[in-house]
Amino acid sequence: MSDLLSAIQQNRESILKDWLQNLKSAVQRRDLIGERELDSQASDMLTAIAEAPAGTSLKDFNSPGWQTVKSMLASLSASRAVQGFSPSETALFVLSLKPSLFSVARKQRGGDADGLYADTLMVNDFIDKLSLHTTDSYIHGRDQVIARQQEEMLELSTPVVTLWDGIVALPLIGTLDSARTQVVMESLLQAIVQTNSRFAIIDITGVPTVDTLVAQHLLKTITAARLMGAECILSGIRPQIAQTIVHLGINLEDVITKSKLSDAFRLALERSGRKVVRMDKPGIAGASMQRGA
Amino acid sequence: MMERIPILRMGNYLLVTIQVDMHDKLALTLQDDLTTRISEVNAKGVLIDISSLEIVDSFIGRTLANIASMARVLDAHTVVVGMQPAVAITLVELGMSLPGIRTALNVESGMEYLRETVTSHQESDDDGDSTED
Repeated sequence: MSDLLSAIQQNRESILKDWLQNLKSAVQRRDLIGERELDSQASDMLTAIAEAPAGTSLKDFNSPGWQTVKSMLASLSASRAVQGFSPSETALFVLSLKPSLFSVARKQRGGDADGLYADTLMVNDFIDKLSLHTTDSYIHGRDQVIARQQEEMLELSTPVVTLWDGIVALPLIGTLDSARTQVVMESLLQAIVQTNSRFAIIDITGVPTVDTLVAQHLLKTITAARLMGAECILSGIRPQIAQTIVHLGINLEDVITKSKLSDAFRLALERSGRKVVRMDKPGIAGASMQRGA
Repeated sequence: MMERIPILRMGNYLLVTIQVDMHDKLALTLQDDLTTRISEVNAKGVLIDISSLEIVDSFIGRTLANIASMARVLDAHTVVVGMQPAVAITLVELGMSLPGIRTALNVESGMEYLRETVTSHQESDDDGDSTED
């Protein structure tokens, strides 16, 4: 078994050449990765395989001797995932090493058919496990990208804006799921405490659909705000959503609802004893008339 | 000596600030003390500040609701002020929306509410048979 490994060590140069040739005919993504980078990656990988510690066998993929190879492959696959390679293109990197190793085994064994068969099986198994490992790492890398994007989206999508002293608004855009609603709830309540606001306006103009779960989350947020001593006004309910809410039998009777954000803002100002009036200065009126004309 | 939550009197109002972790016995003691004090001093308003309260369970939530109802029977209005976001979320998740309790953001707005309601009630009382001296 270690015969094959030592043969790989001796023929490293020719294997590398053969492998690179296979690799370049199989994967045609020159736009994503340079030839020189590919060369150095293949060479590093082959060195790691050839220089596995003594006593490490190709048969035992889980032995600690292959740890270097595995971690090298994992980081390579993760970076391929970020670069935009497909999973099969990533797996081809190790899979195209297979024919080169077969030819080494053939040279090594000569006419010994049984020995050659055993070696071939072994190499086959080893490379397959390597490629499975590659795919796992690739998917893991992808998952990390997705998780990071989700996190960024969560942070971006819950801005609490102060409309006036003591009045905050939360314009919601996009679909609400449980995780997002939790963040929305927490950031709104936090903002109420920080800004000492007695009124909070939740505007759902940008929410495409409202189902029972979303409505329940909204009601929870409104109740929590009430417990803290703030009043919530729900605005921006579109006709279709109003129909859905009634058909679903959701009770919004205890919640103040307004059709537009401006109406909600007006109500909040009224309840806090304020009023917006038009200034009677002739200069300003003239200017606005000119703009209107 | 048993732990007690101090109840301060300010004119017609009673002020309670909860600054320690509430456990069940403490909550019951508070309920006892508060109802006694309300009838003793003939208080018209009770303000409970829970801004330092970080942990709450269903029992404490229910006790707060009970205190408010008992105070109402004794002719006093209750306002709970300064509930932390985490506490509010917990109570809502426990299914306790405490519909009978008035809340306010801080002591200032809580006192404002008490003054408004107590004054308006006294005015409407004056229309009928006045018991004031």
